[in-house]
Amino acid sequence: MKLKKKELTKSVKNFTINFGPQHPAAHGVLRLILELSGEIVEKADPHIGLLHRGTEKLIENKNFLQALPYFDRLDYVSMMAQEHTYSLAVETLSDLKVPERAKIIRVLFLEITRILNHLLAVGCHAMDVGAMTPFLWAFEEREKLMEFYERVSGARMHAAYIRPGGLYADIPLGFLDDLYLFIFQFNTRIDEIEEMLTSNRIWKERLVDIGVVSAKDALEWGFSGVMLRGSGIPWDLRKSQPYETYSSIKFKIPVGNSGDCYDRYIIRIEEMRQSLSIIEQCLSVIKEGPVKSNTCKQVSPSRIEIKNSMESVIHHFKYYSEGYSISAGETYTATEAPKGEFGVYLLSNGTEKPYRCKIKAPGFGHLQALSFMSVGHMVADVVTIIGTQDIVFGEIDR
Amino acid sequence: MISQLILNKVFVFPFILFSNKKLEAIVVVLPTHLFFSIKCLKTHINYRYTLLSCVSGVDFNSSTYRFAVVYDLISLDFNKRIRIKTFLKEGQLLDSITGIFVNANWWEREVWDFFGIFFNQNLDLRRILTDYGFEGFPMRKDFPLSGYFELSYNSNKKRVVSNLVELSQEHRLFNSESSI
Repeated sequence: MKLKKKELTKSVKNFTINFGPQHPAAHGVLRLILELSGEIVEKADPHIGLLHRGTEKLIENKNFLQALPYFDRLDYVSMMAQEHTYSLAVETLSDLKVPERAKIIRVLFLEITRILNHLLAVGCHAMDVGAMTPFLWAFEEREKLMEFYERVSGARMHAAYIRPGGLYADIPLGFLDDLYLFIFQFNTRIDEIEEMLTSNRIWKERLVDIGVVSAKDALEWGFSGVMLRGSGIPWDLRKSQPYETYSSIKFKIPVGNSGDCYDRYIIRIEEMRQSLSIIEQCLSVIKEGPVKSNTCKQVSPSRIEIKNSMESVIHHFKYYSEGYSISAGETYTATEAPKGEFGVYLLSNGTEKPYRCKIKAPGFGHLQALSFMSVGHMVADVVTIIGTQDIVFGEIDR
Repeated sequence: MISQLILNKVFVFPFILFSNKKLEAIVVVLPTHLFFSIKCLKTHINYRYTLLSCVSGVDFNSSTYRFAVVYDLISLDFNKRIRIKTFLKEGQLLDSITGIFVNANWWEREVWDFFGIFFNQNLDLRRILTDYGFEGFPMRKDFPLSGYFELSYNSNKKRVVSNLVELSQEHRLFNSESSI
């Protein structure tokens, strides 16, 4: 048998591998179909939805208060940031005014949440890349922060503490002292993590010039939060469209210049330091006062009021059973969650249930750029890029 | 800012502009004008809405124009947000804006997945959040909350099987008229 010349040369097909959905570096349930040429990624196709719980559909069937705890369970490492966004959306629709003390406590917890999130982001990122120690240190600190959550709400993670019209309850006695002790020591903890990573040769080799996003591309892909700032665009909703008391607080927005994973790591570290400064400023201005709006239809009356007036008992009963209705309207409220712009598009039709509640999760927008960011990189860099995007599947799959 | 632009007749397409209590700008356009209006808002020097924040679908079950698709844009230069809404009848197509914003792709896939609104010229309109092989459009108001199928592990067959949903009690929606 004589071989034709065409048959002598073999054509080589690209290798396709399945990354996840049960891969520790996939940060949950990401199924990634990677098309490889050797070890170089040619194409990455993320398959999501493996954690889809139908949150938006469920919210449509709950009243405005019952919908709140679903927001804790979206991005389960920055819980309060999301319930805060939802509360803001409800307050916008129903014209609720929040007392000053509640606003400051909200800011306190938003920044605690930011630290909580960035600790996990940096820690897990470091572990994906191969450094175990910062991860353990970060979790030690997270534990302390979750104790603050626990002290105000009774839950370590799914707090349901920030509610439309204010807060669930006032902070306990001695809380602010302990918070001060925490921020006093936390700076050193960040230093320790930085000592391990910032000038570490392996860390830099794995992160510098990996997943570079130019400012133009970052806009094109609709990035927000750290992903946008890493590419050198100084955009932070706390500054540009301030909510709560952010307009009266001094803080800096760290911005990267090369748009790679290393810049984004540095930004996260710096944002934690800025959060500490914000907490410190809040601690110095916080005053006694109510933590809930006094509109009894939309906020539960206090225990003392319930014991003393029949009217309050009725309000309390109606509030927790039927809920309250909000006049028809719509709003898109967005805040700067630790991962980026978290938005709630809330549509009310005058009943006690939201007609439509669309959740804009920052991770969803970032993950679709994974393909664009990882093309031309090695397989191991895909893990770095997933880490730098700070993917959490609770919010992406909803 | 936007109202001034309207007075100057910069908008050339038919539209309706609203703004709600919080003064969020909302523009309603015809589906046929959607692509052009978004392109205009992105590229025109006076608007520069260069960042697509999100795309959401809404189902108004009983009205003639059953669906609304809502686009949220941000202008970083002017620090403004705008919301473009367009209303569709059931089965009506909408032009994809992936040609203007790359990141519209996943948002459009999500709207297609949840509401069954088909986007013309979206080259990658697969389902995104629901399971492989899912049928139906779950965010439509006529889709039941519990869904139609439930999964369970069958130890005889040694695999996960899907059965029709069986609830021991019907799902109840409580409102002011319902008796407890």
